[in-house]
Amino acid sequence: MRTGGRDAVVLDRDGLDGLIVLLAARGRTVIGPTVRDGAIVLAEISAGGDLPYGWGVDLEAGRYRLRPRTDGAAFAHSAGPQSWKTFLHPQRERQWTARTGPDGVPLVTEDDTPPPSYAFLGVRPCDLRAIQVQDRVLTDGPHTDPRYRRRRERAFLVVVECTEPGATCFCVSMGTGPAADRGYDLALTEVVDDGGHRFLARSASDEGSAVLAELPTRPADDGLRAAAREGVAQAAGRMGRAMPDVDLRVLMHETLTADRWNDVTARCLTCGNCTMVCPTCFCTTAEDVTDLTGEHTERWRRWESCYDLEFTHLQNGPVRASALSRYRQWATHKLGTWYDQFGSSGCVGCGRCIVWCPTGIDITEEAHALNQERAEARQAAS
Amino acid sequence: MTARAAERTDRPRLAVWKFASCDGCQLTLLDCEDDLLTLAEQVEVSYFLEASSALGTGPYDLSLVDGSVTTPEDEARVRHIREVSRHVVAIGACATAGGIQALRNYADAAEFRAAVYARPEYIETLATSTPISAHVPVDLELRGCPIDRGQLLEVIAAHLTGRKPDLPGHSVCFECKRRGTTCVVVARGTPCLGPVTHAGCGALCPAYGRGCYGCFGPSNSTRFPTFLPLLRRDGMDTLDIVRELRTFNTAAPEFEEAVGLQEAGREDRG
Ligand code: SF4
Ligand code: SF4
Ligand code: SF4
Ligand code: SF4
Repeated sequence: MRTGGRDAVVLDRDGLDGLIVLLAARGRTVIGPTVRDGAIVLAEISAGGDLPYGWGVDLEAGRYRLRPRTDGAAFAHSAGPQSWKTFLHPQRERQWTARTGPDGVPLVTEDDTPPPSYAFLGVRPCDLRAIQVQDRVLTDGPHTDPRYRRRRERAFLVVVECTEPGATCFCVSMGTGPAADRGYDLALTEVVDDGGHRFLARSASDEGSAVLAELPTRPADDGLRAAAREGVAQAAGRMGRAMPDVDLRVLMHETLTADRWNDVTARCLTCGNCTMVCPTCFCTTAEDVTDLTGEHTERWRRWESCYDLEFTHLQNGPVRASALSRYRQWATHKLGTWYDQFGSSGCVGCGRCIVWCPTGIDITEEAHALNQERAEARQAAS
Repeated sequence: MTARAAERTDRPRLAVWKFASCDGCQLTLLDCEDDLLTLAEQVEVSYFLEASSALGTGPYDLSLVDGSVTTPEDEARVRHIREVSRHVVAIGACATAGGIQALRNYADAAEFRAAVYARPEYIETLATSTPISAHVPVDLELRGCPIDRGQLLEVIAAHLTGRKPDLPGHSVCFECKRRGTTCVVVARGTPCLGPVTHAGCGALCPAYGRGCYGCFGPSNSTRFPTFLPLLRRDGMDTLDIVRELRTFNTAAPEFEEAVGLQEAGREDRG
């Protein structure tokens, strides 16, 4: 955590509220956490009152409940049902339209509607990593997604470090949190104590500094810096879950035929919820739309998932027909083959797939079980 | 009418046929207000609403068949439709699974008939209500009770351009998450059939805070032995679960099998 940066300043609650108004006044669509339908969701916000002040969450595998907090904190909650991919890599997006020209030849127009300039308020450190993971997938290789790139380049990121991990969080074991070190415009750490309710703020970009300069701030004193550091350090010690401390990529590679896959498959509905909530899952399918006249055609792209039978449909049917092959694809891609493809883990430890799985399948528990089975097999062999 | 369409003398012929149903699915076609005029330009529409009044002779390029087969006369008519149609699309839960009236499949239809009609001897009926596909080969099935308007237009538009319609067979959860709805199972403990139900409605019920009740029938990847204990966890007993599955798609094989699992479970527990 960089709490000692040159422009580490203190924002109080009014200052944070002012940040939202200021970002909107700078022409940005401000997205942040807000309470809706029994959850803290990510949606457009326009004032400080939209933030979930005084709300926390109780998380377990397959279970999410809002819980009132007496301290009035705005960010003492962990990952909700959406992630930032909802905005950066939207669930359905038009790629192009085509119209039949006078000579019968279709005229194709790429969709280049200018994307909104987003400001994301309350990006958790694991989610910042997830955005960076999607950057590598969608903009690094030879097949850049121009629409993603444009949204991403324009986005202003306000990270909020975690001081209250959820019972399903395991960012420490994935090396992705609960502190944020780089890749943001502004970073905040929320502190609520005898000194009041305030936010230690620092900037890591020119726009971040310009924004801070327009807000009512005061220089950060050592006490607040220490409190912020302490809050984040304590959070690191209170992780609800952890991955086994082994090379997960090797673990996945060495357990492809483990019995455990049968066990977990017996609990899996193949409903696809885990991939939809995962902040790094990027898979999409093409959807071709024609109107009744056949003169107007559109190509859309929408989220798809490796749990969908149609995802691997070839001429002889789906390649991954069994539920086992689909669950295993998901887990081994997240924890193993992602390294081969994109040079990092595909899991950042946010815990969403654990919470939003209706049957409560827990990817950390599965990894521990696979690790255990591998250890037992090795022992039996020696 | 556009000049282009007016020139067309060879518009494809669309027929709409009705069997045992509430008519809701055909109303969906009339409900396509904004597109009705265009549709009428593109195809020549024939309606055959009454079982006995007209047997269109065809040939038809596309026959939309609404309702289930419940009488001996229906059996003959559905074969006729197949003979005079290039493409047969069964629309709605009645035509694709037998509808709510398939509850008779588990009871004595003669008894129902005696209870409902003053002169039961005038009523000629089969012992079962069955989907169109139980009688003739069907080219496509469009799910739902009622069907979704957008999906119906998609089927017709795809037919007209000669492409495969986009009708995903995955679970309602896919649509629920894409819509951005907070899962009612996880956040409220409300039972929801979404994980085993065929997509197509856009996850309507969860968007209004209630659980899916399966009106689009089983998805292409149901896992009932895994799923049924969830309904119990969320407060349903055997009778609730059987009732939930015995609705518009009661005779869908996956739902029938799940009811069997439930009933077997009840026996196990004595
Ligand atoms: S796999 Fe699960 S814990 Fe890991 S990033 Fe995806 S949703 Fe989060
Ligand atoms: S886990 Fe599945 S849905 Fe997610 S990125 Fe990998 S293949 Fe795609
Ligand atoms: S792991 Fe859970 S959320 Fe993912 S497909 Fe299986 S049951 Fe659904
Ligand atoms: S509310 Fe129902 S349909 Fe939606 S994700 Fe949850 S289980 Fe699936």
